[in-house]
Amino acid sequence: MLTLFVDYTIAKVTIGAVLLGIISGVLGSFAVLRQQSLLGDTLSHAALPGVCIGFIIAGTREMASLMAGALATGILAALAVLVITRRSRLKTDAALGITLSVSFAIGVVLLTYIQGTGNASQGGLDSFLFGQAAAILRHDLWIMAGITFAALALVTALWKEFKLVVFDPSFAAAMGLPVVALETLLTVMIALAVIVGLQMVGVVLMASMVIAPATAARQWHERLGPMVVSAAAIGVTAGVVGALISAQGQGLATGPLIVLCAAVLVAISLLFAPRRGLVEEAVERWRGRRQLEDRQVLSTLYGLARRHQDPRFSAERGFVDAYYGVRTRKALEALHAQGLVDRFRAEPDEAEYWELTEAGVEEAERLLADIKGRRA
Amino acid sequence: MADALHEPQLALHVEDLTVSYQNKPVLWDIDLDLPPGVMAAVVGPNGAGKTSLIKAILELIPSLAGHVRILGKPYRQQRGRVGYVPQRSAVDWEFPTTALDVVTMGLYGRLGWLRRPGRREREEAMQALEQVAMADFAHRQISQLSGGQQQRVFLARALVQQAEVYFLDEPMAGVDATTERAIVNILGELRDAGKTIIVVHHDLQTVRTYFDWLVLLNVGVVAQGPVSEVYTAANLRRAYGGQVALLEGNGMPADKPTPPDPQRDQTGDVF
Amino acid sequence: MLASLMERIPVMIMVTGALVGMAGTLVGSFLVLSGRSMLSDAISHSIILGIVVVWLLTGQQTGPIQTIGAAVTGLLTVFLTQALVRTRRMRNDAAIGLVFPVFFALGVLLLNVYARDVHIDEHTVLLGEIGFIWLDNITIAGYELPRSLVAMSAITLVNLLFVGVFYKELKLATFDPMLARALGFAPGVLSYGLLLLTSVTAVAAFDAVGVILFVAFVIVPPATAYLLTERLWLMLVIGCLVSVIASVTGYILANYWDVSIGGMMAVMTGVAFTLAFLLAPRHGLLPRWWRARRDAAHNRAAIDDSAEAKRPS
Repeated sequence: MLTLFVDYTIAKVTIGAVLLGIISGVLGSFAVLRQQSLLGDTLSHAALPGVCIGFIIAGTREMASLMAGALATGILAALAVLVITRRSRLKTDAALGITLSVSFAIGVVLLTYIQGTGNASQGGLDSFLFGQAAAILRHDLWIMAGITFAALALVTALWKEFKLVVFDPSFAAAMGLPVVALETLLTVMIALAVIVGLQMVGVVLMASMVIAPATAARQWHERLGPMVVSAAAIGVTAGVVGALISAQGQGLATGPLIVLCAAVLVAISLLFAPRRGLVEEAVERWRGRRQLEDRQVLSTLYGLARRHQDPRFSAERGFVDAYYGVRTRKALEALHAQGLVDRFRAEPDEAEYWELTEAGVEEAERLLADIKGRRA
Repeated sequence: MADALHEPQLALHVEDLTVSYQNKPVLWDIDLDLPPGVMAAVVGPNGAGKTSLIKAILELIPSLAGHVRILGKPYRQQRGRVGYVPQRSAVDWEFPTTALDVVTMGLYGRLGWLRRPGRREREEAMQALEQVAMADFAHRQISQLSGGQQQRVFLARALVQQAEVYFLDEPMAGVDATTERAIVNILGELRDAGKTIIVVHHDLQTVRTYFDWLVLLNVGVVAQGPVSEVYTAANLRRAYGGQVALLEGNGMPADKPTPPDPQRDQTGDVF
Repeated sequence: MLASLMERIPVMIMVTGALVGMAGTLVGSFLVLSGRSMLSDAISHSIILGIVVVWLLTGQQTGPIQTIGAAVTGLLTVFLTQALVRTRRMRNDAAIGLVFPVFFALGVLLLNVYARDVHIDEHTVLLGEIGFIWLDNITIAGYELPRSLVAMSAITLVNLLFVGVFYKELKLATFDPMLARALGFAPGVLSYGLLLLTSVTAVAAFDAVGVILFVAFVIVPPATAYLLTERLWLMLVIGCLVSVIASVTGYILANYWDVSIGGMMAVMTGVAFTLAFLLAPRHGLLPRWWRARRDAAHNRAAIDDSAEAKRPS
């Protein structure tokens, strides 16, 4: 009996997490690419007053009305951000911060108002703050699924229009696309993703579900299509793993666990993705820096030789160092290993002299031609 | 050794300056020598590293190698003798402050930490505003000024610094003709007073009328020297590559505005 | 005795609220002007981890050392965010939105595990308990004062000193960081100082207003003031005034409707902002709309006049 109950809970939580992962991954991709990462943060905080209003109107903790309320206030908040940035001297960051904090404050006031009315069924409204996946009802899942599939259907139907609006809104406008309408639609759908996440991660941490899967997915892909699919997959993974740990019943809130799972996936992607990974970049940069130094020293030797009208002009290392203000030993050794320079010591003063080999002269000339080529 | 004067007879001496962004060289092996008392234009195509050059000289961006001497000493020791005018777009003109206050900021370097600007500073700032014919706008909020007026305020801010070497980043970009002439006149007066002016400039047409020294830049220094010697078709071609075709009349740089040219749209940023 | 205490409590609550707003305004003005408002959101969420960790380590939640220790997490968030931006793999806003939820999530989970029955529960984290600050008193010079009030007074003073002493440097670094650097004022150091104080303020205000309402006290009064003035110092003064007004009216309305005091105070900052947004003489929506209409009418009249003049008589 107990196992049956646990299995049932786990099934519910898993389905919820899958739905959340899909919708937040897909719509988050658009939000992040449109440089509206923190809009999700504002919209999710703005869902709190909506939930409360939904509760006050419906009189019960009935998901459909709470979600409708959250959607309404989410859209209002998006509108507020837009109006503040368009119609005042304040910039987006301030508009987001003002809307986020003031609408959350309204939510807090309404929450305490509901508590004050002593409505018996108010218990559980605060679970929307941090999420409580285990409390999801089967009926709620139907609504979440409906929203997710509706959003997916819209994205699929308007795929190329959305893509164009994200990458080049002015070109899209020139093509005659209704850019404002499409952008509004994308924003409304972020509000939809937020309400799907209400019970899973709660309003405070929803920002992470919008940003993290998309950012992780961006690491692996250069094209929008695969990126969106990966973002959904990453969102699903984080959601399911986090929700399952939470459902073990240790009293750990679902939202934070999902967020931490997503963060781990982001960290892995940031570090180890091919091409865009930071590890690969660090190696490349180290190599490139060495090469750049080598090339610089080579061109200095070449320049000196030219100035002295002697292709085999030999320079003392101390002189090259001074010319540069940096130690050139390593670079000279590396060039030597490539057969581009030669070393010899002049007996009396024990100093180290370097000169270009024939290959070195050629390489230096090629290098300078290269830089000139860049100018053309 | 480090404190000894190095090339003291030069206003600006740059040796082997290399700046890279990631692994791409932005400035490569720059050698520059500027005598004092010249008004120099730094000119080159987009992405030539003009702004980077000034920023690297003023140590606002790190350089990979090379060294810089201003009047014989490193920049850090010469801050008080250097004036800097960043691009107008580098700041937020909605900032709640007045034109006079922005000009006063030029004196902060002299004041140092903690000391507040007082009446004397405000009077100096006011004088500088008069010099750029902006005294009437001293107490205007800066967002209410036109682009040209904003640029004059920036110039006044540089004037109060009473520097010996001035760096200006595109001071003539997007200003009206009157302001451009006013700026050129003031810079000319400074030059005549023995100051050295280094201007990142975008308009090849006016180089010969405004400046007496020219640095052609494209990642490396293509040519430098008196305008009369450096402003040649060959040098310009080397700096601008194919784009210079637009400039040439009969093998020599045009001194009239170029006639409309179908190519102009594609390479319009040169002008 | 009881009557005088009852009289004092509302005053103390209002003063504490006003101090949160004033301390917040002093640092928040510079954040708003430099386009970094959302850092206050990131910092205030992140300090919860610091507060919990400090509490686990020392068994104390308040005190100067605890406050600074907890504030370090706020600074760490900023640092990590900037490190992520420097990788050039994401934009600033995405980096902010990635880092602070992680800190916050860790804090909440630690609370779940270790602190289920202490007074820093999830509710306090989010909402604060400004109505109950008088339950935790300390005695200073014979007066029994709420700990929150004392802490907020101290940090307000510190912020005031910081802004007062470095006013010129902060102004230059905010307006033109490049020139600030060229002149040898270290804008980076100043900015970290500002953010450290933002963190410390957030920790000190935590008991009273929680971590999210704090954002309202830091961002909204300066933003309101920004619409009302063209002078930086006036912006700071007006921001502080807005905080005081919001605290007093917020307290009165919260009592009247019997709702969250901290929440109502934050809502009132929003009301002040809305009024400024609509009615500010120069930047307000309605005065601008009215001026535009007047100018249009004026122009139309001028056109009509000239048409009139041209008509052959």
